[in-house]
Amino acid sequence: MPMIFGIPVQALMGQLLVGLINGSFYALLSLGLAVIFGLLRVINFAHGAQYMLGAFVALLVQQWLGLNYWFALILAPLIVGAFGALVERSMLSRLYKLDHLYGLLFTFGLALTLEGLFRWQFGASGQPYAAPPALTGAVNLGFMFLPLYRGWVVVASLVVCLAVWALIEKTRLGATLRAATENPVMVQSFGINVPMLLTLTYALGAGLAALAGVLAAPIYQVSPLMGSNIIIVVFAVVVVGGMGSIMGAIVTGYLLGIAEGLTKVFYPEASNIVIFVIMAIVLILRPAGLFGKEA
Amino acid sequence: MADHMQTAATPRAAAAAPRRRAGLLVLVLIALAALILAPFVAYPVFVMKLLCFGLFAAAFNLLLGFTGLLSFGHAAFFGGAAYFTAHAAKVWGWPPEWAILLGVAGASVLGLVMGAIAIRRQGIYFAMITLALSQMFFFACLQVPFTHGEDGIQSVPKGVLFGVIELNRGLNMYWFVAVVFALALWAIWRIVHSPFGMILKAIRENEQRAISLGYSVARYKLGAFVMSAAFAGLAGGMKALVMEFATLTDVAWQMSGEVILMTLLGGIGTMAGPVVGAGVIVALQDRLATSNVPVTVVTGVVFMVCVLLFRRGIVGELADTRLGRLLGLR
Repeated sequence: MPMIFGIPVQALMGQLLVGLINGSFYALLSLGLAVIFGLLRVINFAHGAQYMLGAFVALLVQQWLGLNYWFALILAPLIVGAFGALVERSMLSRLYKLDHLYGLLFTFGLALTLEGLFRWQFGASGQPYAAPPALTGAVNLGFMFLPLYRGWVVVASLVVCLAVWALIEKTRLGATLRAATENPVMVQSFGINVPMLLTLTYALGAGLAALAGVLAAPIYQVSPLMGSNIIIVVFAVVVVGGMGSIMGAIVTGYLLGIAEGLTKVFYPEASNIVIFVIMAIVLILRPAGLFGKEA
Repeated sequence: MADHMQTAATPRAAAAAPRRRAGLLVLVLIALAALILAPFVAYPVFVMKLLCFGLFAAAFNLLLGFTGLLSFGHAAFFGGAAYFTAHAAKVWGWPPEWAILLGVAGASVLGLVMGAIAIRRQGIYFAMITLALSQMFFFACLQVPFTHGEDGIQSVPKGVLFGVIELNRGLNMYWFVAVVFALALWAIWRIVHSPFGMILKAIRENEQRAISLGYSVARYKLGAFVMSAAFAGLAGGMKALVMEFATLTDVAWQMSGEVILMTLLGGIGTMAGPVVGAGVIVALQDRLATSNVPVTVVTGVVFMVCVLLFRRGIVGELADTRLGRLLGLR
């Protein structure tokens, strides 16, 4: 069997794939956080809860309505995005004039509430969610077996990330959005409905989290705790990347996922904390983050 | 977080200063009387738990309320100290005073390391970094052998204080906790009202101006962070002896959130607020534990309501009433 650094290639590739999968979710989630933060200046602590909601929507529309994975992939972002818009309009928007920390505290309360409600209803243990039949099985790549669903997750998340990047950097709507980030008062005086733009942005971020949740449902189990487990890691990713750039958030997400996967091969005990260690090192060497603009 | 702070003193307020001081004295005396009477009215373990969390929240408030830094990682100091104290008391057989001091020392070192990294960024980033670092500490606690993973350190002996006072007997433990609590709150009050505390407040109000006045802001922030961690460690160490166990619950991120809620609910930047907030939350959890209402949901809703409608907290709102002004609350 071929070896690299004394590790069988298959094990290495397997962990690399796990890292890439985790990285896909980190990228999707930190992208959503960066989009929301860019315009609203709110760190959305409820992002993890919205990811969890997405997975639960997938599970529940299957159990209650018999709708399959592909419907869930469209429905979950819409439902969770609408819920996000509602929350933004009715409550979060009242906090913009205050210190940004209040936004963080409010969304923290929201995350606790959502997680508590689902835990109360569905218990703390995970429930399995089957991958769609079209994506079960694996292909032989020669050096390893690639489970189809995992390959799909990597491709899908990459496509979604690039699409969101293009939406914000290359379209007219994105240009308006970026202008509103720079100077909301000026943009409003041009007759653009900035409060509506803020609501839509929050809904987009929440929808992205829900999409990640549906993608994650067949890989991890659907559990009320899945959101809070991942959100703190994503915060570290965001600190490393710096929230200045959309592309930065995406790239950092994948890189740190892979770094985590590799750590599992070489020093498994540290795999839980490697991202936090990287965060600490980056903060010491480059406090603004790898792609950060502000000091 | 400056929108709840008092405005500059007016001449009228200056004239009211002696009356305010008298009012404050009355309040302190009432609080001391309550501290002495409490174990005869309520279940002593409950009151001790409340005092530990009250001190924890007051320590946290030293950082949030008086320096303007929101740490989302204070559970690391509280729970870390609980582990250190529990280990020293149980495995090494240290007397309680030294076990608690070890907890305080451990929390301070932890605070020094975490603080040195976290103060490199401000505001929201500071909160996220402290959260990430404390989560790292949580995973470390999960894996190192001395914490006993999911089981935690159980049946920690209370021991004999100063070699003479048996803490297991009667209300001895209660008096010990009450005295430490009162001394620690007095120390925090002293810090807040010292020249050092004034500089912390200056940093809270306007960091740029404090820098341009020549203060080494980073050093003051780190100092405040370490002090806050040390007091949080004192609270955690005592809690380990009171409850006779130290577990992962105390280092988990939910605990960091809880202490934020206690401070927010009681009143950020007030002396009494965190203790009042801790009292309400501990009592609420105690009540809910026996009902089938999920505690996290209630906590989360209280959090949202506080942020949306009630940012000054109980004591902050009270201080703005006539009675509050008369008593010189804050």
